[in-house]
Amino acid sequence: MTTDVIDFRDETFRDDFTFRNSPAGIRRFPFPFHEDRYMYAVNIEPHAPGQVGTAYEHPIDVDEHYVAEMHDRALVLERDPLRYQSLPHMTLAGWDLLELLMDAQATAYPAHFELHRDGDRWRWINRPLGIGDTFTFGDVSTLPYGPMEYITRQSQGDFCIVDQRDGNLWMDAGMVTTQADWSLDFDIGMNFMEWHGPVPLAHELGVFDRALKFLLNIRQGQPVRRLNWTMTINPRLDTSPEEYPHWGPDRTTVTPDNVGQKVHLRVELQSFWRLPRSNAIVFPIRCYLISLDELVTVPKWGRRLHRVLETLPDELAGYKGLTRYRQMTLDWLAAYDDGAPTSPGFFPDP
Amino acid sequence: MPAGGPAAAPAGAATAPAPVATPKVQAPKLAVTVTEVIDVTPMIKRFRFEPSDGAALPPFSGGAHVIVEMREGDVLRRNPYSLMSPPSQTSSYTISVRRDDQGRGGSRFLHRDVRPGHRLLISPPVNLFPIDWRARKHLLVAGGIGITPFLAQMDQHARADSAFELHLSVRERAQGAYLDELEARFGGRVHIYCDDRGERIPLDALLADQPLGTHLYVCGPAGMMEWILATARAAGWPDQSLHSERFLAPASGAPYEVTLAVAGKTIRVTEHQSMLDAIEAAGIDAPYMCRGGACGECETAVVACEGTILHNDHFLSADDKASGRKIMPCVSRFEGRSLVLQR
Repeated sequence: MTTDVIDFRDETFRDDFTFRNSPAGIRRFPFPFHEDRYMYAVNIEPHAPGQVGTAYEHPIDVDEHYVAEMHDRALVLERDPLRYQSLPHMTLAGWDLLELLMDAQATAYPAHFELHRDGDRWRWINRPLGIGDTFTFGDVSTLPYGPMEYITRQSQGDFCIVDQRDGNLWMDAGMVTTQADWSLDFDIGMNFMEWHGPVPLAHELGVFDRALKFLLNIRQGQPVRRLNWTMTINPRLDTSPEEYPHWGPDRTTVTPDNVGQKVHLRVELQSFWRLPRSNAIVFPIRCYLISLDELVTVPKWGRRLHRVLETLPDELAGYKGLTRYRQMTLDWLAAYDDGAPTSPGFFPDP
Repeated sequence: MPAGGPAAAPAGAATAPAPVATPKVQAPKLAVTVTEVIDVTPMIKRFRFEPSDGAALPPFSGGAHVIVEMREGDVLRRNPYSLMSPPSQTSSYTISVRRDDQGRGGSRFLHRDVRPGHRLLISPPVNLFPIDWRARKHLLVAGGIGITPFLAQMDQHARADSAFELHLSVRERAQGAYLDELEARFGGRVHIYCDDRGERIPLDALLADQPLGTHLYVCGPAGMMEWILATARAAGWPDQSLHSERFLAPASGAPYEVTLAVAGKTIRVTEHQSMLDAIEAAGIDAPYMCRGGACGECETAVVACEGTILHNDHFLSADDKASGRKIMPCVSRFEGRSLVLQR
């Protein structure tokens, strides 16, 4: 077991940007490319426990950035409380999520989290954040926040809870502070087709009709997952539309000399879970960051990222916001691509 | 796919029409032991299931059902039954089963052969009849055994302190299941109508006098549900406020043959089998969820058809049914010379 005790890092995702991955943290990064060229795939697979020592080992992953990420979330919420919203009918779903996250974290990381249940009387201990609370499951007056806000202030990743009704999914609750340029405050209350409205071409291709049909039938006890990726300048978690003035200009600061420190691969591990008591679905969207300096310490990943970025269609590079620094990044990565073959699959060579 | 915006959207959609690759995993099943069988009425038995390994069952949402697998010799039957126990109770589930002597045999098997100690496999709960928690008031209307999903829902309503009323129609008081318990627990919120006393749900008056934001939920015999939903629509109730559990028992019918193109097999569907039963009996692991024509999970493409597809489901649109290109093998049948499916 590699996850019994985590050494939490003291670091920042803003201002002085002291975020770093440890050598072990680099090797567990969920690198999203399994082959040497860009290929679009709706890569949905069962969210089953994966290899030990990877981000897939446990259903809800906790890593060395946990404490710093929770601190960053608190800063965001202090300035902009609308990053968390839950419409009035979503409280039961919030309790479902609280149970899911407490249970998953306490089961996988008993050194850091404990959950004790005596009927509806629950005791939750979160050692890394110094929290110990006793409360009544289902009674909001016994917690300092609503159940969803309470537990998502203590869980890495963004969380969207969608209500299922009228053959559609409705974005009716969320905790969203580590997003790749979308706004919960804008999307709250929208249905699946509406919040995907801005995506080009995919509607016409019927992608969302099929995706919606699949999600409507997600079953209890059978979560699924997929990876998504983009790139971010500086290890900034909060790349929201609301904060664009603070991070948009960062793209102009990339130079051939600082690519390795500035340019980060940003991967989202998205999972999809049916919640039992409410019949809602939760989408945890967990963001992982890695600088290119860190990424190329795994030779396979350096070679492969160079090849994938080379074959990425221009319109997609534009859509992901990479246009301004893609060529500079390719030139920098070329030094790490000797043309040697790479092994199949995502994981580093032993 | 979830959560719009550049990184969260299906990034490659611009270049390739990508099918959603559906993971082909069937539900992990729950192993349960029957611990109690109660004769509720001469036609209805209640079964209590406890987890065989002593662990907890998952909590669920009111209105959910499970698929119960019944093995009788070589025959495997899978029938959906609504869960009626309190959704937060994880030590056991209960279902009520009305004996259907004309059916495919699942309810007869449960009534005749299943006793305490019998081990069964059930699916995790699935809810196709969920509570809409936005409603200001929940108006529940049930006929006969259609009461079962409401028993679980009412437990959730009582815990949430939501406004609700139950109107239950039964043939005769002695044949009605759970009437005394309902009246004892919920008092004036429960209204019972007995056919043999000439009592009838005062539907027009009921629908005319509800607060704004009331949602109507209906579960019972098909004719009753059609009457109630049509009356509500005619009274101006919006579709979004109408909820019904339209479970179909797969119809029996004349036997026929189906060719499965992917598997390269031709199979025979007998009189009392569904097409899905026959596909499974041929050793093919086909997707399914509700087995009642409601969820769409078992949808299959029709490759060729010389004859008539008897579409019995509630899932496909009228256009889909007319096109003859899709079929829901859980409830639909076929009459004619040959049918080839993409399965």
